[in-house]
Amino acid sequence: MDFLYILATAIETAIGPIAAVYALAAIGLNLHFGYTGLLNFGQVGFMLVGGYGVAVSVSTFGLPLWAGVLASIGCAVLLALLLGIPTLRLRADYLSICTIAVAEVARLVYRAEFARDVTGGVYGLQGFASAFYDANPFPRGDYGIGDISFSARDLWMMIAAWGLVLVASVVMWLLIHSPWGRVIKGIREDEEAVRSLGKNVFAYKMQSLVLGGVFGALAGALIAVNQQTITPDQFMPQVTFYLWAMLLLGGAGRTLGPVLGAVVMWFLLTVFDETLRSLAATGVLPFLQGSDVGALRHAMVGLALLLLIVFRPQGIIGNRKEMLVNVK
Amino acid sequence: MSSDATEVTAGGPAPVDRMAGVAATPGVAKPDPILKAHGVRRSFGGLTAVDVEHLEVQRGTITALIGPNGAGKSTLFNLLTGFDRVDAGEWSFEGRRLNGLGGHRVARSGMVRTFQLTKALTRLTVLDNMLLAAQGQLGERVWGAFLRSGWRGQERANIERAEQLLERFKLLDKRHEMAGNLSGGQRKLLEMARSLMVDPSMVMLDEPMAGVNPALVQSLLGHITALRDDGMTVLFVEHDMDVIMGISDWIVVLAQGQVIAEGRPEDIRADQRVVDAYLGAQHGEPADAEEGR
Ligand SMILES: Nc1ncnc2c1ncn2[C@@H]1O[C@H](COP(=O)(O)OP(=O)(O)O)[C@@H](O)[C@H]1O
Ligand SMILES: [Mg+2]
Repeated sequence: MDFLYILATAIETAIGPIAAVYALAAIGLNLHFGYTGLLNFGQVGFMLVGGYGVAVSVSTFGLPLWAGVLASIGCAVLLALLLGIPTLRLRADYLSICTIAVAEVARLVYRAEFARDVTGGVYGLQGFASAFYDANPFPRGDYGIGDISFSARDLWMMIAAWGLVLVASVVMWLLIHSPWGRVIKGIREDEEAVRSLGKNVFAYKMQSLVLGGVFGALAGALIAVNQQTITPDQFMPQVTFYLWAMLLLGGAGRTLGPVLGAVVMWFLLTVFDETLRSLAATGVLPFLQGSDVGALRHAMVGLALLLLIVFRPQGIIGNRKEMLVNVK
Repeated sequence: MSSDATEVTAGGPAPVDRMAGVAATPGVAKPDPILKAHGVRRSFGGLTAVDVEHLEVQRGTITALIGPNGAGKSTLFNLLTGFDRVDAGEWSFEGRRLNGLGGHRVARSGMVRTFQLTKALTRLTVLDNMLLAAQGQLGERVWGAFLRSGWRGQERANIERAEQLLERFKLLDKRHEMAGNLSGGQRKLLEMARSLMVDPSMVMLDEPMAGVNPALVQSLLGHITALRDDGMTVLFVEHDMDVIMGISDWIVVLAQGQVIAEGRPEDIRADQRVVDAYLGAQHGEPADAEEGR
């Protein structure tokens, strides 16, 4: 087993574009859950409409890439309104049930035969991101230190993705440390109290749902651009649960919680995957097949969450002072 | 307001008797009502929780709303403040019809309520609880939030006002504590201070003394009379008869959702129906924390 290789691969994944995508989507979830207390179990639905917003605009309708990004933001706003208008006046559980259902229904609709002319059905869409890669300022070659290295293409993608994560984090920090953020956090604690103080709770919850959804959609657009291909089955419900795991791991209700959670989680997942895979290859564990790794990985995420809740419920950088408040 | 805050127990009517000449009959008209409700009804299944034929609250007075548990006091609060929907009836505040208005719009119109089960925003600091209640904040708009220079001045002024209120309620040294770490009584005080931060013309306090330690009750009563003397209208629910008789200008008695009597403290004390329905049974019973909001 080559520990250095495993370590290098894990670091590459932890700072690579996919980790950034998850960080961005988890930032949206953090606004929903960590600050507003909205239980969104369908963040992947926002990623789906975001990814397809770009892909459909460019591939199907021949629009420029920037218009595709605007379309994906627009789709996220529409989806948030669709989810929020009927449910945000009701008890919290209605939203969560709707989000999980709508995200999954959306995936099924996007992959349906009747949608094939627009979305490409189960085959998805390809070749919509060339404008992005044509703009790559880095010459061909490998960039990195030691065993950690990225191609020029990956580097360009990473800069775009982490750049968006940075912008989103700054936006979140500014919002949360403002009177707007105070209202949002108040709603998390007790929305009736906030309403009794003259705030339009419904409007604030809607703003939070829309904005967090837009972060999710941008993450979806990044997935599409990164892979230069999109299929509906990249947006399975477990993506949302990974996002939740990352958010809780990093610390909900902290600006950098979701970012840290995504990085640490991808690091651990890769270490785990690579270790198991090399063990399977050497045949030390005869019962272990290479194909079992995926299943074991889910089990490990579950175990990690369990340990987290027992030993560090506030997450890695969660606010202990807030956590210790006795919430009746 | 500081001088008379200490002589609450001496009680007596307000300096100007705004209720002069008002008859002690249920549903009687007041000379200058700030709140008027007519035919307000609400039932839960087969139970009629509130059925108020007519009720007026006089501006600038302390009006107590009393009645046995389950009489419908909290439900009436919820209805009037837009936290529950009426089955029938209409009501107006400062001459403005409030039917169908959401709770936040009622609060903005100047009628602010507190809850029987305290609703401190537990994972916010005491100061943030207060600041949240300030009205018209530019920084509370999603775009305005980014323009720090736009709301910083407003924030500073709000902090100053919040700290003055906290000082009055003896919570100033707790301002950076999480509200959830306060005692039950302190949370009641915070909720009351917070409702004042809205700058209302009328406050509706649902059992403000419940769970507050007796030493603080005196100062709380002082605050309430001070509010009245500042021109605010106070409607409050309370169980402690000594408190009610001591500070109220007017008392409304609710039983099974209906106003069965109203009048000055001495009228109520002498009212046989009230004694039968309420006072006799209630005296000596511990204050209980039933469900409701
Ligand atoms: N949401 C509700 N659903 C059903 N019954 C309710 C509800 N709220 C209040 N009630 C009932 O209405 C009656 C009045 O309750 P409430 O207004 O809380 O009384 P009070 O505050 O005077 O003690 C009680 O019998 C109570 O059980
Ligand atoms: Mg009650």
